[in-house]
Amino acid sequence: MKIALTNFDKAFENRIRLQIMSVLVANESYDFNSLKELLAVTDGNLASHLKALEKEEYISVIKSFLGRKPNTRYQASAKGITAFKKHLEALENLIKQQKS
Amino acid sequence: MKDKDVLDEISSIKNIMERSTRFISLSGLSGVMAGVYALIGSWLAYQSIYILRGSSTFPYPAILSDLLTFERGELAGEMFVLALIVLILSISTGIWLTVRKARRKGQSVWNQSSRAFLRKGALPLVAGGCFILILLWHHYYAVAAPVSLIFYGLALTAASQYTYGDVKWLGLCEIALGLIAMLFPLYGLLFWALGFGVLHILYGTIMYFKYDRENSAH
Repeated sequence: MKIALTNFDKAFENRIRLQIMSVLVANESYDFNSLKELLAVTDGNLASHLKALEKEEYISVIKSFLGRKPNTRYQASAKGITAFKKHLEALENLIKQQKS
Repeated sequence: MKDKDVLDEISSIKNIMERSTRFISLSGLSGVMAGVYALIGSWLAYQSIYILRGSSTFPYPAILSDLLTFERGELAGEMFVLALIVLILSISTGIWLTVRKARRKGQSVWNQSSRAFLRKGALPLVAGGCFILILLWHHYYAVAAPVSLIFYGLALTAASQYTYGDVKWLGLCEIALGLIAMLFPLYGLLFWALGFGVLHILYGTIMYFKYDRENSAH
């Protein structure tokens, strides 16, 4: 049991961070406003979680302009995708262990 | 972490991945309505081609004189306007019902996946539309129906990766029907009614019972 828990990624302990990562793994990239709407979170909340993931280098930020409006897009990095997969495997193992 | 928590976590991941990649507000009922419009349109077209002109050989095939009338393009303008009305009615009903469904579920209609859905579908549709206009310009009226079925099917299969997988099956059926229709150019209207009418109603009904009703029960 303890062995399985060590594989859990601290960055994904928070549900919203895990959800952000899920979206970015499933899509090539995603913009801030669409993420906010999809996850139904506030600006500040989302921004802080994105910062945390950025700090881990799990995601990269692409800043551009749509006309005059700034359009910030996020993309999962290779490191982030690997971490996400590992986290899923850990979850899977946990279920397997508890079944046996 | 408890077993249930882990399962919760996984289902939340699955749910969010699906919602972020697929346009799931597409209304099943709008498919049924599009089918109904298409059937009414086909019936009116049938009336004016085969009955009002007095050269009716019920039900089909069109006798040679009918075909010649048609090929000379006497009715081409009328048919074009009729098809345009069916198209506009279907699209506006589709948008209205889809927006309504999204509102009810508290989701936005204009998001990344719906934009991707439209972008993917638009290319075959616009190419097909231009192709048909060129066909009409050359007076190749008989093949316009099969061609519209094929291009519409291609648009659906292309866009289907951004919505329910069922849309792909509808697209494949439309393409198959279009190819069969091409073998029997005299029966274009019949195949058009089958593809845009019957198939849409069938598909819309399946979608309605599979997704819409189940969701509104919650």
